[in-house]
Amino acid sequence: MSSWLGPDEWQAVALSLKVAFWAMALSLPLGIFTAYALARWRFPGKALLNGLVHLPLILPPVVTGYILLVVFGINGPLGALLARLGITLAFQWTGAVLAAAIMAFPLMVRAIRLSIEAVDPKLEEAAATLGATRLWVFVTITLPLIVPGIIAGAVLAFAKAMGEFGATITFVSNIPGQTQTVPSAIYAFLQAPGGEPAALRLVVVSVIVAMGALLASEWLARRAAKRVQGV
Amino acid sequence: MSLSVRLTHQLPRFQLQVDFAVPAGLTVLFGRSGSGKTSVINAVAGLLRPDQGQITLAGETVFDSARALNLPTHRRHLGYIFQDARLFPHLSVQQNLHYGRWMRRADPKLHAHVIEMLGLGALLARRPAQLSGGEKSRVAIGRALLSGPRILLADEPLAALDEARKSEILPYFERLRDEFNIPILYVTHSPAEVARLATTVVALENGRSVAVGTATDILGDPTITPLGARSAGAVVQAVITAQHADGLTEISANGVVLFVPRVPGQRGQKLRVRVAAHDVILASTPPTGLSALNIVAGSVVDIRVGAGPGALLALDTQAGRLLARVTRRSMAAMGLQVGSRAYAVIKTVAMAPEDVGGMG
Repeated sequence: MSSWLGPDEWQAVALSLKVAFWAMALSLPLGIFTAYALARWRFPGKALLNGLVHLPLILPPVVTGYILLVVFGINGPLGALLARLGITLAFQWTGAVLAAAIMAFPLMVRAIRLSIEAVDPKLEEAAATLGATRLWVFVTITLPLIVPGIIAGAVLAFAKAMGEFGATITFVSNIPGQTQTVPSAIYAFLQAPGGEPAALRLVVVSVIVAMGALLASEWLARRAAKRVQGV
Repeated sequence: MSLSVRLTHQLPRFQLQVDFAVPAGLTVLFGRSGSGKTSVINAVAGLLRPDQGQITLAGETVFDSARALNLPTHRRHLGYIFQDARLFPHLSVQQNLHYGRWMRRADPKLHAHVIEMLGLGALLARRPAQLSGGEKSRVAIGRALLSGPRILLADEPLAALDEARKSEILPYFERLRDEFNIPILYVTHSPAEVARLATTVVALENGRSVAVGTATDILGDPTITPLGARSAGAVVQAVITAQHADGLTEISANGVVLFVPRVPGQRGQKLRVRVAAHDVILASTPPTGLSALNIVAGSVVDIRVGAGPGALLALDTQAGRLLARVTRRSMAAMGLQVGSRAYAVIKTVAMAPEDVGGMG
Protein backbone atom coordinates (compact mmCIF):
# COMPACT_ATOMS: atom_id res chain seq x y z
CA MET A 1 0.00 0.00 0.00
CA SER A 2 2.89 2.34 0.81
CA SER A 3 4.23 1.89 -2.74
CA TRP A 4 0.84 2.71 -4.21
CA LEU A 5 0.49 5.73 -1.95
CA GLY A 6 3.15 8.41 -1.95
CA PRO A 7 5.00 9.04 1.36
CA ASP A 8 2.96 12.18 2.06
CA GLU A 9 -0.27 10.37 1.39
CA TRP A 10 0.75 7.41 3.50
CA GLN A 11 1.70 9.76 6.30
CA ALA A 12 -1.76 11.34 6.17
CA VAL A 13 -3.48 7.95 6.26
CA ALA A 14 -1.36 6.75 9.21
CA LEU A 15 -1.96 9.98 11.10
CA SER A 16 -5.70 9.82 10.46
CA LEU A 17 -5.88 6.25 11.73
CA LYS A 18 -3.89 7.20 14.83
CA VAL A 19 -6.01 10.30 15.52
CA ALA A 20 -9.28 8.46 14.95
CA PHE A 21 -8.25 5.55 17.16
CA TRP A 22 -7.27 7.74 20.10
CA ALA A 23 -10.26 10.01 19.66
CA MET A 24 -12.52 6.94 19.88
CA ALA A 25 -10.64 5.15 22.67
CA LEU A 26 -10.25 8.16 24.96
CA SER A 27 -13.83 9.36 24.64
CA LEU A 28 -15.43 5.92 25.06
CA PRO A 29 -15.50 5.79 28.90
CA LEU A 30 -16.89 9.32 29.08
CA GLY A 31 -19.31 8.48 26.28
CA ILE A 32 -20.68 5.46 28.17
CA PHE A 33 -20.97 7.46 31.37
CA THR A 34 -22.72 10.39 29.63
CA ALA A 35 -25.08 8.05 27.79
CA TYR A 36 -25.96 6.28 31.07
CA ALA A 37 -26.57 9.56 32.87
CA LEU A 38 -28.81 10.83 30.05
CA ALA A 39 -30.69 7.53 29.79
CA ARG A 40 -31.20 6.66 33.44
CA TRP A 41 -30.70 9.60 35.79
CA ARG A 42 -32.81 12.59 36.53
CA PHE A 43 -30.77 15.59 37.62
CA PRO A 44 -30.93 19.37 37.32
CA GLY A 45 -29.27 20.59 34.14
CA LYS A 46 -29.92 17.36 32.24
CA ALA A 47 -31.40 19.24 29.28
CA LEU A 48 -28.37 21.52 29.29
CA LEU A 49 -25.94 18.59 29.26
CA ASN A 50 -27.92 16.97 26.47
CA GLY A 51 -27.71 20.19 24.45
CA LEU A 52 -24.02 20.58 25.13
CA VAL A 53 -23.27 17.02 23.98
CA HIS A 54 -25.20 17.53 20.76
CA LEU A 55 -23.90 21.04 20.04
CA PRO A 56 -20.98 19.95 17.78
CA LEU A 57 -23.52 18.15 15.60
CA ILE A 58 -25.32 21.37 14.71
CA LEU A 59 -22.66 24.05 15.03
CA PRO A 60 -20.59 24.77 11.92
CA PRO A 61 -17.39 22.71 12.49
CA VAL A 62 -15.31 25.82 11.95
CA VAL A 63 -17.05 27.39 14.95
CA THR A 64 -16.22 24.37 17.12
CA GLY A 65 -12.63 24.56 15.91
CA TYR A 66 -12.44 28.25 16.69
CA ILE A 67 -13.86 27.72 20.19
CA LEU A 68 -11.24 25.02 20.75
CA LEU A 69 -8.55 27.41 19.58
CA VAL A 70 -9.75 30.10 21.96
CA VAL A 71 -10.05 27.74 24.94
CA PHE A 72 -7.15 25.36 24.30
CA GLY A 73 -4.79 27.68 22.39
CA ILE A 74 -1.45 28.53 24.00
CA ASN A 75 -3.00 31.63 25.53
CA GLY A 76 -6.42 30.16 26.12
CA PRO A 77 -7.55 29.53 29.71
CA LEU A 78 -7.28 25.72 29.55
CA GLY A 79 -4.47 25.77 27.00
CA ALA A 80 -2.26 27.86 29.31
CA LEU A 81 -3.04 25.50 32.19
CA LEU A 82 -2.16 22.42 30.14
CA ALA A 83 0.97 24.14 28.79
CA ARG A 84 2.26 24.47 32.34
CA LEU A 85 1.86 20.67 32.62
CA GLY A 86 3.83 20.33 29.39
CA ILE A 87 0.84 19.47 27.21
CA THR A 88 0.23 21.48 24.06
CA LEU A 89 -2.79 20.77 21.95
CA ALA A 90 -2.98 23.56 19.40
CA PHE A 91 -1.24 22.73 16.11
CA GLN A 92 -0.32 19.25 17.43
CA TRP A 93 -1.71 15.85 16.47
CA THR A 94 -3.05 15.57 20.04
CA GLY A 95 -5.17 18.62 19.27
CA ALA A 96 -6.51 16.80 16.23
CA VAL A 97 -7.51 13.97 18.59
CA LEU A 98 -9.39 16.43 20.81
CA ALA A 99 -11.16 18.05 17.84
CA ALA A 100 -12.12 14.69 16.34
CA ALA A 101 -13.29 13.34 19.70
CA ILE A 102 -15.55 16.31 20.33
CA MET A 103 -17.03 16.18 16.84
CA ALA A 104 -17.66 12.43 17.11
CA PHE A 105 -18.95 12.49 20.70
CA PRO A 106 -22.66 13.14 19.93
CA LEU A 107 -22.79 10.18 17.54
CA MET A 108 -21.16 7.89 20.08
CA VAL A 109 -23.43 9.00 22.94
CA ARG A 110 -26.58 8.66 20.82
CA ALA A 111 -25.82 5.07 19.83
CA ILE A 112 -24.91 3.99 23.37
CA ARG A 113 -27.84 5.85 24.92
CA LEU A 114 -30.31 4.08 22.63
CA SER A 115 -28.92 0.71 23.65
CA ILE A 116 -29.10 1.59 27.36
CA GLU A 117 -32.71 2.68 26.96
CA ALA A 118 -33.42 -0.70 25.38
CA VAL A 119 -32.24 -2.54 28.53
CA ASP A 120 -35.27 -3.35 30.68
CA PRO A 121 -34.79 -1.61 34.07
CA LYS A 122 -36.73 -4.54 35.52
CA LEU A 123 -33.67 -6.73 34.94
CA GLU A 124 -31.60 -4.26 36.96
CA GLU A 125 -34.23 -4.36 39.72
CA ALA A 126 -34.07 -8.15 39.70
CA ALA A 127 -30.29 -8.01 40.11
CA ALA A 128 -30.70 -5.64 43.06
CA THR A 129 -33.09 -8.07 44.79
CA LEU A 130 -30.34 -10.69 44.46
CA GLY A 131 -27.98 -8.49 46.44
CA ALA A 132 -26.10 -6.59 43.73
CA THR A 133 -25.05 -2.99 44.38
CA ARG A 134 -25.76 -0.39 41.70
CA LEU A 135 -22.20 -0.51 40.41
CA TRP A 136 -22.23 -4.32 40.30
CA VAL A 137 -25.58 -4.28 38.50
CA PHE A 138 -24.05 -1.98 35.89
CA VAL A 139 -20.96 -4.12 35.44
CA THR A 140 -22.72 -7.51 35.32
CA ILE A 141 -26.08 -6.72 33.72
CA THR A 142 -26.25 -3.35 31.96
CA LEU A 143 -22.76 -3.27 30.44
CA PRO A 144 -22.85 -6.76 28.86
CA LEU A 145 -26.31 -6.06 27.45
CA ILE A 146 -25.24 -2.82 25.76
CA VAL A 147 -22.05 -4.18 24.16
CA PRO A 148 -23.66 -4.10 20.68
CA GLY A 149 -24.53 -0.43 21.20
CA ILE A 150 -21.05 0.36 22.48
CA ILE A 151 -19.50 -1.26 19.39
CA ALA A 152 -21.84 0.64 17.10
CA GLY A 153 -21.11 3.92 18.91
CA ALA A 154 -17.37 3.35 18.89
CA VAL A 155 -17.18 2.51 15.19
CA LEU A 156 -19.42 5.41 14.28
CA ALA A 157 -17.16 7.70 16.30
CA PHE A 158 -14.07 6.23 14.63
CA ALA A 159 -15.49 6.80 11.15
CA LYS A 160 -16.57 10.31 12.03
CA ALA A 161 -13.13 11.07 13.48
CA MET A 162 -11.47 9.78 10.31
CA GLY A 163 -13.47 12.23 8.25
CA GLU A 164 -13.36 15.26 10.52
CA PHE A 165 -12.12 18.32 8.64
CA GLY A 166 -13.55 21.70 9.64
CA ALA A 167 -12.80 21.77 13.36
CA THR A 168 -9.46 20.02 12.89
CA ILE A 169 -8.08 22.39 10.27
CA THR A 170 -9.24 25.40 12.28
CA PHE A 171 -7.77 24.17 15.58
CA VAL A 172 -4.54 22.44 14.50
CA SER A 173 -4.10 23.68 10.92
CA ASN A 174 -2.79 21.50 8.09
CA ILE A 175 0.86 20.65 8.78
CA PRO A 176 2.08 17.64 6.76
CA GLY A 177 3.33 14.90 9.06
CA GLN A 178 1.94 16.58 12.17
CA THR A 179 -1.65 17.54 11.76
CA GLN A 180 -2.42 16.74 8.15
CA THR A 181 -5.12 14.08 8.29
CA VAL A 182 -6.63 12.48 5.18
CA PRO A 183 -9.35 15.12 4.63
CA SER A 184 -6.84 17.94 5.14
CA ALA A 185 -4.45 16.24 2.74
CA ILE A 186 -7.16 15.83 0.11
CA TYR A 187 -7.98 19.50 0.50
CA ALA A 188 -4.29 20.45 0.16
CA PHE A 189 -3.76 18.24 -2.91
CA LEU A 190 -6.80 19.72 -4.60
CA GLN A 191 -5.42 23.23 -4.03
CA ALA A 192 -2.06 22.37 -5.63
CA PRO A 193 -1.65 22.01 -9.41
CA GLY A 194 -1.32 18.36 -10.46
CA GLY A 195 -2.45 17.07 -7.08
CA GLU A 196 -5.64 15.42 -8.29
CA PRO A 197 -4.30 11.85 -8.70
CA ALA A 198 -3.03 11.89 -5.09
CA ALA A 199 -6.35 13.31 -3.91
CA LEU A 200 -8.20 10.58 -5.77
CA ARG A 201 -6.07 7.87 -4.14
CA LEU A 202 -6.87 9.27 -0.70
CA VAL A 203 -10.54 9.41 -1.61
CA VAL A 204 -10.40 5.69 -2.42
CA VAL A 205 -8.67 5.01 0.93
CA SER A 206 -11.35 7.04 2.74
CA VAL A 207 -14.15 5.11 1.13
CA ILE A 208 -12.49 1.77 1.91
CA VAL A 209 -11.85 2.64 5.55
CA ALA A 210 -15.39 3.99 6.04
CA MET A 211 -17.05 1.00 4.40
CA GLY A 212 -14.79 -1.42 6.26
CA ALA A 213 -15.61 0.21 9.57
CA LEU A 214 -19.34 0.08 8.92
CA LEU A 215 -19.27 -3.57 7.83
CA ALA A 216 -17.10 -4.53 10.78
CA SER A 217 -19.41 -2.78 13.24
CA GLU A 218 -22.49 -4.44 11.72
CA TRP A 219 -20.84 -7.83 12.02
CA LEU A 220 -19.53 -7.29 15.54
CA ALA A 221 -22.81 -5.84 16.78
CA ARG A 222 -24.81 -8.73 15.33
CA ARG A 223 -22.48 -11.24 16.90
CA ALA A 224 -22.63 -9.47 20.26
CA ALA A 225 -26.42 -9.20 20.08
CA LYS A 226 -26.66 -12.92 19.44
CA ARG A 227 -24.40 -13.67 22.35
CA VAL A 228 -26.38 -11.35 24.60
CA GLN A 229 -29.75 -12.83 23.69
CA GLY A 230 -28.41 -16.36 23.77
CA VAL A 231 -30.04 -17.56 20.59
CA MET B 1 -43.90 -12.25 63.56
CA SER B 2 -41.66 -12.81 60.56
CA LEU B 3 -42.96 -9.87 58.58
CA SER B 4 -44.86 -6.78 59.60
CA VAL B 5 -45.93 -4.07 57.22
CA ARG B 6 -47.61 -0.81 58.06
CA LEU B 7 -47.68 1.79 55.34
CA THR B 8 -49.63 4.44 53.54
CA HIS B 9 -48.76 5.43 50.00
CA GLN B 10 -50.51 7.57 47.43
CA LEU B 11 -50.96 5.69 44.16
CA PRO B 12 -52.24 7.43 41.03
CA ARG B 13 -55.77 6.12 41.47
CA PHE B 14 -56.17 5.48 45.19
CA GLN B 15 -54.40 5.47 48.50
CA LEU B 16 -52.68 2.36 49.72
CA GLN B 17 -53.29 1.80 53.42
CA VAL B 18 -51.96 -1.48 54.69
CA ASP B 19 -51.29 -2.81 58.16
CA PHE B 20 -50.56 -6.45 58.86
CA ALA B 21 -48.17 -8.74 60.68
CA VAL B 22 -47.87 -12.36 59.72
CA PRO B 23 -46.14 -15.46 61.12
CA ALA B 24 -43.80 -17.78 59.21
CA GLY B 25 -45.21 -19.91 56.40
CA LEU B 26 -46.76 -18.77 53.17
CA THR B 27 -48.69 -15.53 53.37
CA VAL B 28 -50.93 -14.68 50.45
CA LEU B 29 -51.69 -11.05 49.60
CA PHE B 30 -55.10 -11.60 48.11
CA GLY B 31 -57.06 -9.05 46.11
CA ARG B 32 -58.31 -8.22 42.66
CA SER B 33 -56.05 -6.79 39.94
CA GLY B 34 -55.23 -3.18 40.69
CA SER B 35 -55.90 -3.42 44.43
CA GLY B 36 -52.31 -2.44 45.23
CA LYS B 37 -50.87 -5.90 45.93
CA THR B 38 -47.77 -5.41 43.79
CA SER B 39 -47.10 -2.01 45.36
CA VAL B 40 -47.09 -3.65 48.81
CA ILE B 41 -44.66 -6.39 47.79
CA ASN B 42 -42.44 -3.84 46.02
CA ALA B 43 -42.37 -1.76 49.20
CA VAL B 44 -41.19 -4.84 51.11
CA ALA B 45 -38.51 -5.36 48.43
CA GLY B 46 -37.43 -1.72 48.56
CA LEU B 47 -38.36 -1.14 44.92
CA LEU B 48 -41.04 1.33 45.99
CA ARG B 49 -40.58 3.88 48.74
CA PRO B 50 -43.85 4.34 50.66
CA ASP B 51 -44.92 7.81 51.76
CA GLN B 52 -45.16 6.68 55.37
CA GLY B 53 -44.89 3.62 57.52
CA GLN B 54 -42.65 0.90 58.84
CA ILE B 55 -41.61 -2.49 57.46
CA THR B 56 -39.93 -5.10 59.63
CA LEU B 57 -38.39 -8.21 58.13
CA ALA B 58 -37.26 -11.12 60.31
CA GLY B 59 -36.72 -8.76 63.23
CA GLU B 60 -34.88 -6.07 61.28
CA THR B 61 -36.58 -2.80 60.42
CA VAL B 62 -35.84 -2.19 56.74
CA PHE B 63 -38.04 0.87 56.31
CA ASP B 64 -39.16 3.49 58.81
CA SER B 65 -40.34 6.85 57.56
CA ALA B 66 -40.17 8.31 61.09
CA ARG B 67 -36.44 7.58 61.26
CA ALA B 68 -35.87 8.28 57.53
CA LEU B 69 -34.63 4.70 57.27
CA ASN B 70 -34.86 3.02 53.89
CA LEU B 71 -32.53 0.07 53.45
CA PRO B 72 -31.64 -0.31 49.74
CA THR B 73 -32.97 -3.41 48.00
CA HIS B 74 -29.61 -5.15 47.73
CA ARG B 75 -29.15 -5.06 51.51
CA ARG B 76 -32.57 -6.47 52.40
CA HIS B 77 -31.58 -10.11 51.80
CA LEU B 78 -34.67 -11.22 49.99
CA GLY B 79 -35.52 -13.36 47.02
CA TYR B 80 -38.05 -11.98 44.55
CA ILE B 81 -39.84 -14.23 42.07
CA PHE B 82 -41.28 -11.95 39.43
CA GLN B 83 -44.32 -12.68 37.30
CA ASP B 84 -42.20 -12.33 34.15
CA ALA B 85 -39.25 -14.38 35.54
CA ARG B 86 -36.76 -11.64 34.59
CA LEU B 87 -33.90 -14.01 33.90
CA PHE B 88 -30.71 -12.36 32.67
CA PRO B 89 -30.66 -13.07 28.91
CA HIS B 90 -26.89 -12.90 28.52
CA LEU B 91 -26.18 -15.45 31.26
CA SER B 92 -26.64 -19.21 31.21
CA VAL B 93 -29.13 -20.89 33.56
CA GLN B 94 -26.18 -21.86 35.77
CA GLN B 95 -24.93 -18.25 35.90
CA ASN B 96 -28.44 -16.98 36.55
CA LEU B 97 -28.78 -19.38 39.47
CA HIS B 98 -25.43 -18.30 40.87
CA TYR B 99 -25.95 -14.58 40.39
CA GLY B 100 -27.11 -14.05 43.98
CA ARG B 101 -24.27 -16.16 45.34
CA TRP B 102 -21.66 -13.65 44.16
CA MET B 103 -22.97 -11.36 46.87
CA ARG B 104 -24.07 -13.74 49.60
CA ARG B 105 -22.72 -17.03 50.83
CA ALA B 106 -25.13 -19.86 50.28
CA ASP B 107 -25.06 -23.34 51.73
CA PRO B 108 -23.73 -25.89 49.17
CA LYS B 109 -26.24 -28.46 50.42
CA LEU B 110 -29.02 -25.98 49.68
CA HIS B 111 -27.63 -25.63 46.18
CA ALA B 112 -27.86 -29.35 45.40
CA HIS B 113 -31.28 -29.59 47.02
CA VAL B 114 -32.70 -26.69 45.01
CA ILE B 115 -31.33 -27.97 41.67
CA GLU B 116 -32.74 -31.42 42.40
CA MET B 117 -36.11 -30.25 43.66
CA LEU B 118 -36.74 -27.92 40.70
CA GLY B 119 -35.33 -30.40 38.16
CA LEU B 120 -32.82 -27.86 36.83
CA GLY B 121 -29.89 -30.23 36.30
CA ALA B 122 -30.48 -30.67 32.56
CA LEU B 123 -31.00 -26.96 31.94
CA LEU B 124 -27.82 -25.54 33.46
CA ALA B 125 -25.94 -24.91 30.19
CA ARG B 126 -28.89 -23.31 28.41
CA ARG B 127 -29.70 -19.64 27.90
CA PRO B 128 -33.06 -18.20 29.01
CA ALA B 129 -34.06 -17.77 25.35
CA GLN B 130 -33.93 -21.55 24.98
CA LEU B 131 -36.29 -22.25 27.89
CA SER B 132 -40.04 -22.80 27.89
CA GLY B 133 -42.32 -20.69 30.09
CA GLY B 134 -42.49 -23.32 32.82
CA GLU B 135 -38.72 -23.85 32.78
CA LYS B 136 -38.14 -20.10 33.10
CA SER B 137 -40.42 -20.07 36.16
CA ARG B 138 -38.47 -22.90 37.76
CA VAL B 139 -35.13 -21.16 37.14
CA ALA B 140 -36.54 -17.92 38.58
CA ILE B 141 -37.63 -19.78 41.73
CA GLY B 142 -34.22 -21.44 42.01
CA ARG B 143 -32.36 -18.17 41.50
CA ALA B 144 -34.34 -16.47 44.26
CA LEU B 145 -33.85 -19.42 46.65
CA LEU B 146 -30.11 -19.70 46.02
CA SER B 147 -29.45 -16.09 46.94
CA GLY B 148 -29.95 -17.21 50.55
CA PRO B 149 -32.93 -14.97 51.28
CA ARG B 150 -34.57 -14.49 54.67
CA ILE B 151 -37.90 -13.97 52.91
CA LEU B 152 -39.21 -14.96 49.49
CA LEU B 153 -41.46 -12.60 47.58
CA ALA B 154 -43.56 -13.90 44.70
CA ASP B 155 -45.64 -11.54 42.57
CA GLU B 156 -48.32 -13.56 40.74
CA PRO B 157 -45.68 -16.09 39.68
CA LEU B 158 -48.23 -18.22 37.82
CA ALA B 159 -50.23 -15.48 36.11
CA ALA B 160 -48.22 -15.51 32.88
CA LEU B 161 -48.45 -19.31 32.49
CA ASP B 162 -51.11 -21.41 30.77
CA GLU B 163 -53.22 -23.85 32.80
CA ALA B 164 -50.96 -26.84 32.22
CA ARG B 165 -47.85 -24.90 33.28
CA LYS B 166 -49.70 -23.53 36.32
CA SER B 167 -50.41 -26.99 37.63
CA GLU B 168 -46.78 -27.89 36.94
CA ILE B 169 -45.37 -24.97 38.96
CA LEU B 170 -47.93 -24.75 41.79
CA PRO B 171 -46.63 -27.87 43.62
CA TYR B 172 -43.17 -26.29 43.84
CA PHE B 173 -44.60 -23.51 45.97
CA GLU B 174 -46.17 -26.11 48.25
CA ARG B 175 -42.74 -27.68 48.63
CA LEU B 176 -41.13 -24.29 49.28
CA ARG B 177 -43.68 -23.69 51.99
CA ASP B 178 -43.22 -27.11 53.56
CA GLU B 179 -39.51 -27.91 53.06
CA PHE B 180 -37.78 -24.56 53.49
CA ASN B 181 -37.80 -22.54 56.63
CA ILE B 182 -38.23 -19.27 54.73
CA PRO B 183 -41.33 -17.10 55.04
CA ILE B 184 -43.01 -16.43 51.71
CA LEU B 185 -45.10 -13.44 50.71
CA TYR B 186 -47.16 -14.45 47.70
CA VAL B 187 -49.36 -12.14 45.65
CA THR B 188 -52.33 -13.50 43.74
CA HIS B 189 -55.87 -12.83 42.64
CA SER B 190 -56.64 -16.52 42.24
CA PRO B 191 -58.83 -18.04 45.00
CA ALA B 192 -57.61 -21.47 43.91
CA GLU B 193 -54.01 -20.52 44.72
CA VAL B 194 -55.08 -19.04 48.05
CA ALA B 195 -56.98 -22.19 48.97
CA ARG B 196 -54.10 -24.40 48.03
CA LEU B 197 -51.09 -22.48 49.31
CA ALA B 198 -51.94 -20.03 52.04
CA THR B 199 -50.90 -20.45 55.65
CA THR B 200 -52.10 -16.91 56.24
CA VAL B 201 -54.21 -14.67 54.01
CA VAL B 202 -54.10 -10.87 53.94
CA ALA B 203 -57.17 -9.67 52.06
CA LEU B 204 -56.75 -6.37 50.18
CA GLU B 205 -59.69 -4.31 48.96
CA ASN B 206 -59.12 -1.00 47.17
CA GLY B 207 -55.67 -0.63 48.62
CA ARG B 208 -56.68 -1.45 52.20
CA SER B 209 -55.86 -4.57 54.13
CA VAL B 210 -59.32 -5.58 55.36
CA ALA B 211 -58.60 -8.88 57.08
CA VAL B 212 -55.79 -11.23 58.14
CA GLY B 213 -56.40 -14.89 58.96
CA THR B 214 -56.17 -18.49 57.83
CA ALA B 215 -57.35 -19.45 54.35
CA THR B 216 -60.37 -21.25 55.85
CA ASP B 217 -61.37 -18.24 57.96
CA ILE B 218 -60.90 -15.63 55.25
CA LEU B 219 -62.41 -17.55 52.35
CA GLY B 220 -65.31 -18.75 54.52
CA ASP B 221 -66.23 -15.25 55.68
CA PRO B 222 -69.06 -13.84 53.54
CA THR B 223 -68.15 -10.28 54.54
CA ILE B 224 -64.64 -10.55 53.05
CA THR B 225 -64.84 -10.87 49.30
CA PRO B 226 -61.87 -9.15 47.71
CA LEU B 227 -62.93 -10.40 44.29
CA GLY B 228 -66.63 -9.72 44.77
CA ALA B 229 -69.37 -12.09 45.98
CA ARG B 230 -69.50 -13.79 42.58
CA SER B 231 -66.04 -15.28 43.09
CA ALA B 232 -66.50 -16.27 46.74
CA GLY B 233 -65.87 -19.83 47.83
CA ALA B 234 -65.11 -21.56 51.11
CA VAL B 235 -62.26 -23.98 51.80
CA VAL B 236 -62.87 -27.37 53.36
CA GLN B 237 -60.15 -29.52 54.91
CA ALA B 238 -60.45 -33.14 53.90
CA VAL B 239 -58.61 -36.43 53.67
CA ILE B 240 -58.64 -38.97 50.81
CA THR B 241 -60.54 -42.14 51.80
CA ALA B 242 -60.85 -44.04 48.50
CA GLN B 243 -60.14 -43.90 44.77
CA HIS B 244 -63.04 -45.21 42.69
CA ALA B 245 -62.89 -46.84 39.28
CA ASP B 246 -65.42 -44.39 37.77
CA GLY B 247 -62.96 -41.49 38.00
CA LEU B 248 -64.08 -40.12 41.34
CA THR B 249 -62.08 -39.69 44.51
CA GLU B 250 -63.89 -40.15 47.79
CA ILE B 251 -62.83 -37.76 50.49
CA SER B 252 -63.88 -37.23 54.04
CA ALA B 253 -64.26 -33.77 55.51
CA ASN B 254 -64.52 -34.25 59.26
CA GLY B 255 -66.54 -37.42 58.70
CA VAL B 256 -68.70 -36.06 55.88
CA VAL B 257 -68.20 -38.10 52.70
CA LEU B 258 -67.75 -36.10 49.49
CA PHE B 259 -66.98 -37.15 45.93
CA VAL B 260 -64.61 -35.08 43.79
CA PRO B 261 -63.11 -35.65 40.33
CA ARG B 262 -59.99 -37.83 40.50
CA VAL B 263 -57.26 -36.34 42.67
CA PRO B 264 -53.99 -38.22 42.51
CA GLY B 265 -52.97 -39.25 46.01
CA GLN B 266 -52.80 -41.99 48.58
CA ARG B 267 -55.48 -42.89 51.04
CA GLY B 268 -55.01 -40.72 54.08
CA GLN B 269 -53.49 -37.77 52.20
CA LYS B 270 -54.77 -34.41 53.37
CA LEU B 271 -56.46 -32.03 50.95
CA ARG B 272 -57.93 -28.58 50.83
CA VAL B 273 -61.04 -28.37 48.68
CA ARG B 274 -62.41 -25.05 47.55
CA VAL B 275 -66.17 -25.01 47.03
CA ALA B 276 -67.23 -22.03 44.95
CA ALA B 277 -70.31 -20.29 46.38
CA HIS B 278 -72.06 -20.24 43.02
CA ASP B 279 -71.79 -24.03 42.83
CA VAL B 280 -73.76 -24.56 46.02
CA ILE B 281 -77.57 -24.87 45.91
CA LEU B 282 -79.55 -24.62 49.12
CA ALA B 283 -82.57 -26.71 50.07
CA SER B 284 -84.73 -26.32 53.17
CA THR B 285 -85.58 -30.02 53.39
CA PRO B 286 -83.33 -33.05 52.70
CA PRO B 287 -83.41 -33.24 48.88
CA THR B 288 -84.07 -36.55 47.11
CA GLY B 289 -83.94 -37.62 43.48
CA LEU B 290 -81.11 -35.24 42.58
CA SER B 291 -78.15 -36.09 40.37
CA ALA B 292 -75.83 -34.30 42.75
CA LEU B 293 -73.71 -36.59 44.91
CA ASN B 294 -72.69 -34.24 47.68
CA ILE B 295 -75.34 -33.03 50.10
CA VAL B 296 -74.35 -31.56 53.45
CA ALA B 297 -76.65 -30.43 56.24
CA GLY B 298 -75.93 -27.28 58.18
CA SER B 299 -77.26 -24.10 59.66
CA VAL B 300 -77.11 -20.56 58.34
CA VAL B 301 -74.70 -18.46 60.42
CA ASP B 302 -74.32 -15.32 58.34
CA ILE B 303 -76.09 -13.60 55.47
CA ARG B 304 -74.63 -10.86 53.33
CA VAL B 305 -76.97 -9.02 51.04
CA GLY B 306 -75.40 -6.78 48.43
CA ALA B 307 -76.84 -4.22 46.06
CA GLY B 308 -77.66 -6.81 43.40
CA PRO B 309 -80.25 -9.57 43.37
CA GLY B 310 -77.95 -12.08 45.06
CA ALA B 311 -77.13 -12.91 48.65
CA LEU B 312 -74.13 -14.72 50.10
CA LEU B 313 -74.94 -17.16 52.90
CA ALA B 314 -72.47 -18.78 55.26
CA LEU B 315 -73.43 -22.22 56.40
CA ASP B 316 -71.83 -24.11 59.27
CA THR B 317 -71.78 -27.82 58.49
CA GLN B 318 -70.06 -30.82 59.98
CA ALA B 319 -67.67 -30.66 57.00
CA GLY B 320 -66.80 -27.08 57.84
CA ARG B 321 -67.85 -23.63 56.76
CA LEU B 322 -69.50 -23.40 53.31
CA LEU B 323 -70.57 -20.36 51.31
CA ALA B 324 -73.61 -20.37 49.04
CA ARG B 325 -74.73 -17.73 46.61
CA VAL B 326 -78.51 -17.63 46.09
CA THR B 327 -80.93 -14.96 44.94
CA ARG B 328 -82.64 -12.81 47.54
CA ARG B 329 -85.94 -13.93 46.07
CA SER B 330 -85.34 -17.62 46.73
CA MET B 331 -83.92 -16.80 50.15
CA ALA B 332 -87.18 -15.07 51.03
CA ALA B 333 -89.30 -17.85 49.48
CA MET B 334 -87.45 -20.44 51.59
CA GLY B 335 -87.63 -18.26 54.68
CA LEU B 336 -83.88 -18.53 55.23
CA GLN B 337 -82.43 -16.46 58.03
CA VAL B 338 -79.57 -16.73 60.48
CA GLY B 339 -80.21 -19.90 62.48
CA SER B 340 -82.22 -21.63 59.74
CA ARG B 341 -81.45 -25.25 58.97
CA ALA B 342 -80.48 -25.83 55.32
CA TYR B 343 -79.00 -28.48 53.06
CA ALA B 344 -76.11 -27.56 50.78
CA VAL B 345 -76.12 -29.38 47.46
CA ILE B 346 -72.67 -29.34 45.86
CA LYS B 347 -72.36 -30.44 42.25
CA THR B 348 -69.45 -32.87 42.05
CA VAL B 349 -68.11 -31.44 38.82
CA ALA B 350 -68.14 -27.99 40.37
CA MET B 351 -64.92 -28.75 42.19
CA ALA B 352 -62.39 -28.20 39.44
CA PRO B 353 -59.10 -30.05 39.89
CA GLU B 354 -57.21 -26.79 40.29
CA ASP B 355 -59.33 -26.05 43.33
CA VAL B 356 -58.33 -29.31 44.94
CA GLY B 357 -54.88 -29.17 46.39
CA GLY B 358 -52.71 -31.59 48.30
CA MET B 359 -51.18 -30.57 51.60
CA GLY B 360 -47.81 -31.79 52.77
